[in-house]
Amino acid sequence: MTAITDMPEVPRAARRPQIGNPVLHWLRTNLFSSIPNGIISIVLLAILVKGVVGFGQWGIANAVWLTPANDSSACRAVRGLGACWAIIPEKYRFILFGTYPFDEQWRPALSVVLFIALFYLSSRRAFWRRELALLWIGLLALISVLMWGGVLGLSFISQDRWGGLPVTLILATFGLAFGFPLGILVALGRRSKLPAIRSLSVLYVELIRGVPLVNLLFMASVMFPLFMPAGFNIDKLLRAQIAIILFAGAYLAEVIRGGLQAVPRGQYEAADALGLSYWRKHRLIILPQAIRHVIPPLVNTFIAFFKDTSLVLIIGIFDLLTTAKTAIIDPGWQQFSVEVYIFVAAIYFVFCFAMSRYSRSLEATSGR
Amino acid sequence: MAARPVADSLLAYNPRDSYLWAFVVGVANTLRVAVIGIVLATILGTLIGISRLSANWLLSRFAAVYVELLRDIPLLLQLLFWYVLMQALPAARAAWRPIEGVFLSNRGLILPAVPIESPQLWVLAIAVLGVAVFYLIQRWLVAQQMRDGKPRPAWPFALGLIVMLPVLVSWLLGVSWTIEWPELRGFNFIGGLTLSPEYFALLIALVTYTSAFIAEIVRSGVQSVPRGQWDAANALGLRRSFMLRQIILPQALRVIVPPMTSQYLNLTKNSSLAVAIGYQDVVSVANTTLNQTGQAIEAIALIMAVFLTISLGISFFMNWYNARIALVER
Repeated sequence: MTAITDMPEVPRAARRPQIGNPVLHWLRTNLFSSIPNGIISIVLLAILVKGVVGFGQWGIANAVWLTPANDSSACRAVRGLGACWAIIPEKYRFILFGTYPFDEQWRPALSVVLFIALFYLSSRRAFWRRELALLWIGLLALISVLMWGGVLGLSFISQDRWGGLPVTLILATFGLAFGFPLGILVALGRRSKLPAIRSLSVLYVELIRGVPLVNLLFMASVMFPLFMPAGFNIDKLLRAQIAIILFAGAYLAEVIRGGLQAVPRGQYEAADALGLSYWRKHRLIILPQAIRHVIPPLVNTFIAFFKDTSLVLIIGIFDLLTTAKTAIIDPGWQQFSVEVYIFVAAIYFVFCFAMSRYSRSLEATSGR
Repeated sequence: MAARPVADSLLAYNPRDSYLWAFVVGVANTLRVAVIGIVLATILGTLIGISRLSANWLLSRFAAVYVELLRDIPLLLQLLFWYVLMQALPAARAAWRPIEGVFLSNRGLILPAVPIESPQLWVLAIAVLGVAVFYLIQRWLVAQQMRDGKPRPAWPFALGLIVMLPVLVSWLLGVSWTIEWPELRGFNFIGGLTLSPEYFALLIALVTYTSAFIAEIVRSGVQSVPRGQWDAANALGLRRSFMLRQIILPQALRVIVPPMTSQYLNLTKNSSLAVAIGYQDVVSVANTTLNQTGQAIEAIALIMAVFLTISLGISFFMNWYNARIALVER
């Protein structure tokens, strides 16, 4: 795969010789190289100045940063002129952790830290070994114990009290942890010589990819109970998690299939010549190469996923976006939803931006 | 009979109509947002993708920030954000009027419109026919140029068939093209074209979000054309517009079209987020039907059928287009 950074730059206008002041020279080549360019630059500068001044006035100069607890009168006084950031210190515990018991909220907080540690370690090349899978299993088990409790002197907290950032991270991470092996199986199934397995895999991938995730989530929340034996009721969060795993499996399968196609034929033939069984051939020879080929698109799929977990709002599961939306139902603070959305957008942005930077650095070094 | 009225739609609907008609209206609403969204997102995305390659430092930075910001925030969050902004707009009486005849208020965007009825439709049909005939003539002109090497201008045919002919027909038949200006009467607007806040928020969110992805596709497509092609075109002394149109774009399109198809599919599927803000697309209608009738499996199967049909339709069209522009190898 060719990295984008290796591609030739589009030729630009011939460089002017540098005359005099380097600042003026930079302005002339980069902003005012021609009359249309100059006009564009001036218009953009005007927009930039107006935007920065406008946002500065609203978001900083006229903003209210702190108010006494449960009192939004100061915010309402500046409504329309300044931002009410005071809603964030007022509501952040609810937005981040939902209705998890207040005194126990160190547990979801610690889980979030563990999740971030897990992502960080998985991104390091030095950890790309078989033991990484054990690390995932260990940490995810630890997070489950922390969230549920019921052992080691931790009180039991049922799933319907969970909310906020940990739920978003759980949906995304568990979706990935289970969707990935499923994706590998389906990708292998699509290349299988057995027609039944092949057509089943194709049907699964095309059906899931053909419909919106919203529809799958509806299916999970409405139809799933219909197929279960009477009296057997599984939790709403778990049902959404299953829908996300199925969704993840189909998309990851397509990415992995791309990687399988990139492995040269000779590798398959060599493995066959050594007399390796089908599973040993794939586990030892094919998959390690195939997955390495598709790491950048895999990371992009993870980003898409992380964002898509927000759709569980539609079936009423308390992820980060839902807690944010619920926080502003409070009548006193109702008018300040923009501030809350900006706060939550910043959290999503930090996670996704970190992943997209990482994906770009991988692309730049993938040829090595 | 569905008890809930479907507001703001292309087709008329009232609560006494059948569920089937509600579904048809829902599908029409999905298509209305998806088709217009695809067109607008393609235009905006292409402009931003090209801006990222601009020699103008400020312009390319602006484009880069736009892409990075919109790609890394969930679409649903952006949609809720736009919807909140729409609701915070002034009431109809104090509506903003950015241009004469255009009103922006918490009732949505109200535009002047030309009423389209059957005489106007006939004229439009003639214009479409003109485009088709022009396409054939242009192919013939290119074939002629291939034979003797002489360039033949195609624009007189375009002017004649696509502009003059419909104008002439509409003048001869006396078809009127009066513009209907919206007017504030009491608490609401009368006349003109109304885009509801739900539709407008959904359209803005889908277009801006998808355009960020399209911009990246366009950028990598243009960058994938080898430098030698630019140099060779320059060495031949071709004009810049000719060079872009005849040399660079056809090669870039081969890289651009396949990922573009999946973006179009994504936009269509993402239009189902309408359910979060109460725009009556097919998923919302099906959801209401499901709640009222309890026929879960049927409702969900219908949504699946609709989306699979739309997806297959877009795929077929884009595959056909892709085959047409594909590299012809001997």
